[in-house]
Amino acid sequence: MVDLGLSRITGSALYVWRRNWDAFIKTYRVNFIPPFVEPLLYLLALGYGLGAFVEAIDGIPYPQYIAPALVSISVMYSAFFECTYSSFVRMYYQKTFDAIIAAPLSIEDVIAGEILWGATRGTIYATLMLPVLIAFGVVDLPTSFLLIPFALPAGLLFACIGMCFTAITPGIDALNYPSFLFITPMFLFSGTFFPLDILPEQVQYFAIAFLPLTHVVNVNRAITLTAFSPFVLFSLVWIGVVTVIFFVIALRLMRRRLIV
Amino acid sequence: MYSHLRRDSISDVIVAESLEKRFDDVVAVDRIDFAVREGEIFGFLGPNGAGKTTTMKMIQCVSPKTAGTLRVFGMDVSTRPRQIKQHLGVVPQENNLDPDFTAYQNLTIYARYFGIPRKTAEERAEELLDFMQLREKSDVLIDKLSGGMKRRLIIARALVNDPELLILDEPTIGLDPQARHLIWEKLKEIQAQGNTQVMTTHYLDEAARLCDRLVIMDHGKILVEGSPGSLISEYAGTDIVEADSTPQVMACLDAIGASYDAVGDVVQVFTGRPHDVVRALMESCSHEKVLARPATLEDVFLKLTGRTLRE
Ligand SMILES: Nc1ncnc2c1ncn2[C@@H]1O[C@H](COP(=O)(O)OP(=O)(O)OP(=O)(O)O)[C@@H](O)[C@H]1O
Ligand SMILES: [Mg+2]
Repeated sequence: MVDLGLSRITGSALYVWRRNWDAFIKTYRVNFIPPFVEPLLYLLALGYGLGAFVEAIDGIPYPQYIAPALVSISVMYSAFFECTYSSFVRMYYQKTFDAIIAAPLSIEDVIAGEILWGATRGTIYATLMLPVLIAFGVVDLPTSFLLIPFALPAGLLFACIGMCFTAITPGIDALNYPSFLFITPMFLFSGTFFPLDILPEQVQYFAIAFLPLTHVVNVNRAITLTAFSPFVLFSLVWIGVVTVIFFVIALRLMRRRLIV
Repeated sequence: MYSHLRRDSISDVIVAESLEKRFDDVVAVDRIDFAVREGEIFGFLGPNGAGKTTTMKMIQCVSPKTAGTLRVFGMDVSTRPRQIKQHLGVVPQENNLDPDFTAYQNLTIYARYFGIPRKTAEERAEELLDFMQLREKSDVLIDKLSGGMKRRLIIARALVNDPELLILDEPTIGLDPQARHLIWEKLKEIQAQGNTQVMTTHYLDEAARLCDRLVIMDHGKILVEGSPGSLISEYAGTDIVEADSTPQVMACLDAIGASYDAVGDVVQVFTGRPHDVVRALMESCSHEKVLARPATLEDVFLKLTGRTLRE
């Protein structure tokens, strides 16, 4: 059997998660403000400002249309940036990973804990955003509470992808490449602020095949509008498969980088 | 207090045979053999790049060996890293305390990695802060600690799991004499409680003072092994006489048949009869700058590893 590194993950990974949780709680004031402010700004500027000039999309008012995208984007940003810049700082500058693997943890434990933490952070942000969206009346209830449990797999997806970049980046500045060339285009072209079907057909296929955010927005929009279709199921499977693939790759690349 | 692993049949805590480590084309550790006995402080000395840290990292199970065997507590490092690391305390060459937390939290969080219950961890953290005299720095963030305090804290952290074996990679690097003396005292105290220690250092007085046995490495190989005293008497003799390197002095030494080494602007005579040499120099050359001193580990080190600087 091929060694995927999965057998080297134990419950000790949760100690790594817990370390990051403790650090997060210490600075909660800084950490808890953005998830409130960000959706508020987007919702006001885009949903109501720009939205005043936009017709309803497929019969959905513009603020309602972008609300699930705002949650998706927040989960993407928080999980991806946590497992790129923040993980890189811990790995490279703070030597935290080196310190931890001197204790009875494997590097796979550390990476699994980091990824789980990245996903958790995404989930925390989704949870904090929800009351704002509910207050504006732009999400259906009670289905929209599903945004919270779904933020975890969505967060895992972006955390695993981010961790792969962290494992191969020569330095912290090089992480700007995936941020600008991958995350920013996704932010715009994943059915977030306008439907995919106004784009050329090839671009649509590209987005569905390769842009993770497309699937996360698809699921979240189904949740907030209570409109489920088979395409949602496809998105869930896509997310599951891609997450597992990138998780295994992240473990492999990190072992190659750190265990010399 | 520091001993709870029962290993009645094995008295060697670490055994390495033909241990080798390569990084691409660099041979960092070149088929070395050594054994560390229970309860001793075992030193690794050697110039920069000799392979000391690489050896420490293989013992710690964080860097895989290329070839040979390496057993710690009788267990193979490549198959049972978790069991070995559970009973290991590590002071790395490079500080890697967690800057997001205070001194106290560094200890409790590190204890958690060993699965130590919170309450025990908190007691242990208090105890260790006292032990390393860091009590008043308990709630201070790592960035606000001085270099010496960081080093003491990292030693405290290495003790948090009550380790059977301590790995100390340059434990007193960059410390003032007071801090070094404190650390020496503490390491001796820990040893007295039954703990085994492996250390590297560039301070040869420190090695002479602390180590029961040591090896001198260079270019990945072990050159010599023994107790500091035996190495000194074997490789440097008992005493050394130093004088300015002038033609008169050399002529004088030649005249009494003493063999000497010219080292920079001094000549060194390795001798068992320092008085005779000194008298000869003072009388025949009427030379003022003559110094007789006991031979040290530093003399052995320089003799074996040469005086050229390593890049
Ligand atoms: N990760 C690595 N990749 C490639 N070469 C390495 C790596 N780590 C160490 N080396 C090389 O291995 C050799 C031994 O290095 P090591 O760090 O073990 O030396 P050391 O005896 O600890 O030196 P110092 O006294 O300077 O700490 C050196 O030539 C070093 O360049
Ligand atoms: Mg070293």
